[in-house]
Amino acid sequence: MEGIADMGGTSGWGPARPPRADEPVFAEPWQGRAAALTILATRVSGRNVDAFRHAQERLDRAAYLDEGYFGRWLNAAELMLTEGAVLAPGEIDARARALRGEHVENPPVSVSVPESARPDAGPPTSAIAAWRSAPGSLRTIDAAPAFAVGQRVRAQNISPPGHTRLPGYVRGHAGVVEVVQPAAVFPDTHAHFLGENPQHVYSVRFDSHELWGEGADSFAVTVDLFENYLETTS
Amino acid sequence: MTTSSESGEAPSAALRTEALEQLLTERGLIDSEIVDAFITNYETNVGPLNGAKVVAKAWTDPEYRRRLLADGTSAIKELGFGGPQGEHIVVVENTPTTHNVVVCTLCSCYPWPVLGLPPGWYKDPVYRARVVKEPRTVLSEMGLDLGDDVHITVRDSTSEVRWLVLPERPAGTEHLTEEELVPLVTRDAMVGVAKAAAA
Repeated sequence: MEGIADMGGTSGWGPARPPRADEPVFAEPWQGRAAALTILATRVSGRNVDAFRHAQERLDRAAYLDEGYFGRWLNAAELMLTEGAVLAPGEIDARARALRGEHVENPPVSVSVPESARPDAGPPTSAIAAWRSAPGSLRTIDAAPAFAVGQRVRAQNISPPGHTRLPGYVRGHAGVVEVVQPAAVFPDTHAHFLGENPQHVYSVRFDSHELWGEGADSFAVTVDLFENYLETTS
Repeated sequence: MTTSSESGEAPSAALRTEALEQLLTERGLIDSEIVDAFITNYETNVGPLNGAKVVAKAWTDPEYRRRLLADGTSAIKELGFGGPQGEHIVVVENTPTTHNVVVCTLCSCYPWPVLGLPPGWYKDPVYRARVVKEPRTVLSEMGLDLGDDVHITVRDSTSEVRWLVLPERPAGTEHLTEEELVPLVTRDAMVGVAKAAAA
């Protein structure tokens, strides 16, 4: 889907700054807790990494940007937990207001935690360990790669309505297969619990002028694209 | 309890994080000790020092370097590094005339087992939006000026493939041992927004 998360090539962000060598991993204590809680939330709500990315992708501009990277994780965690019926809508806000001394009505919490919402959750102490040892996204498949190294391919000019890992800036553009990567779970279906559809992934090399026009600086971009995103060029 | 803080203003992310932790704990779904352990792990154990050890070994051991470029995931695992966000790591080499720089335009995918969690600039819309369109300018703004004769390849991490840059070994370090080289290998050089420099 089109959304704030698909940032490649967009304008209006201002200049980049030199990196700080001494930057802490978590600039504020809540950020580390939000990171861990989001990973746990993905699991206890019965979601997967692709559904997590799709939750981020659906945030509005303010929810995505205003509180930075861990703010968008936190907002995506809330979305997964409410959609997974683990938390009621508004429950986090109400509790946060109560924590700062406001007298608030708690939203009706009719939700318990349905087993179906967290099929693999397991006991809480095992959630991070389970995440560490999860099967991951790579799969072995029987089908031969449809495209070969050196072959010219085109990223389809499509606008998938749901989750996708096909960035807008390469759609409709042609490039050359540089590497055939291991087959992996297809995010576009996996994010929506419509199956793994594992398929080959290709690192496709695009020339900067193909992407950005004749006036562009000369360089190349490689983008790691699932087989379903690609077509042969005529 | 105060009443002065009552307002329509949305609670801060810090407060909402605290609320979320309480709610999930009360439901028996999480354990705060697990949250603490995650933070400690990424603050102290899993960070760019891991990647620096990989690079320093590659600089001093030609056979390891060959294995690393041929199969990054396996060669990195030889040093004990692997895990979430590192299922398939591809290592690309920077030279005086070819320069790789890594980004994730769609979120902030990053090779956690060797570099830890991504730094602020990597997650910044400025970097995500612009480095695929004008990498030479962005790198210059970040402090790395590359000559016009250097071929730049930007690696956009849009699948579960994770990219690690093997920087050039700095001139004048021929006498240093593997252990002495480790501190010269920076996170920024392993993403490709800087070069490794002699101390």
